[in-house]
Amino acid sequence: MTGLNQQIKQIIETEDVALFMKGTPQFVMCGNSHRALEALRRAGAPVTAVDVLPDPQIREELSALSGWPTIPQVFVRGELVGGADIVEELEASGELEQTLKTKLGDEYRGGEERVVAVP
Amino acid sequence: MTERLAELLQAAFPGDELAVEDRTGSGDHFQVTVASARFEGLSLVEQHRLVYDALAAPLADGTIHELRIKTMGAQ
Repeated sequence: MTGLNQQIKQIIETEDVALFMKGTPQFVMCGNSHRALEALRRAGAPVTAVDVLPDPQIREELSALSGWPTIPQVFVRGELVGGADIVEELEASGELEQTLKTKLGDEYRGGEERVVAVP
Repeated sequence: MTERLAELLQAAFPGDELAVEDRTGSGDHFQVTVASARFEGLSLVEQHRLVYDALAAPLADGTIHELRIKTMGAQ
C-alpha cells in the first residue's frame, strides 16, 4: 500500500462525513460535486472535503478503494453513501438526515465544514 | 454515443425500461434511467453499481464526462 492509499483510507474511516470532490467547497470545479455538497449542506452534515484535482492518483486510489468510478463520492463513518444522484435523492426523501442521525447521533448538526489536503 | 450507451444498458438489463438522454447535446454528459426488477431489495449504491458495471467501458475510456443515474424498480 502506498502512503496516499493509506491517507485516503484514513480519511474515509475517521471523518464523520467525507466528501471527495472536484475543487473545494469555496471553489467548486464540477456540477456534480456542487450538487452533492449542497445536498449535504441542506441536511446539515459536518462535511470534510477532499479535492481530488491536485493529483490524478488521488482519484485512482479512491476508486480502487471504493469500487465507485465517478466523483464526487460521499462517505459517512467509513461507509459509501453514494455520488451526487444518490445523495440528492436521499436528502430529498429525508433518508440522508436519518442516516446522519443514526451514525453520528441526534446532535450531528452544526459541525464545521473542513478541507483536508491530500497528499 | 446515446445509442452506444443504450445498447450497453439493453445488454445488461434485457427487457427492462431504459432511457438515455444526452443532457448537453455534446455527446459526453448523460442522464440514464433504468427501471428493473433486478433492483428490488438492493441499496441505491448497489443499484448504481450495476449501471456503472454496464457502462464500464465508456466510463473508463473517457467518452462519458458526466453521468447522472436514476434507478427504480420495475414499473
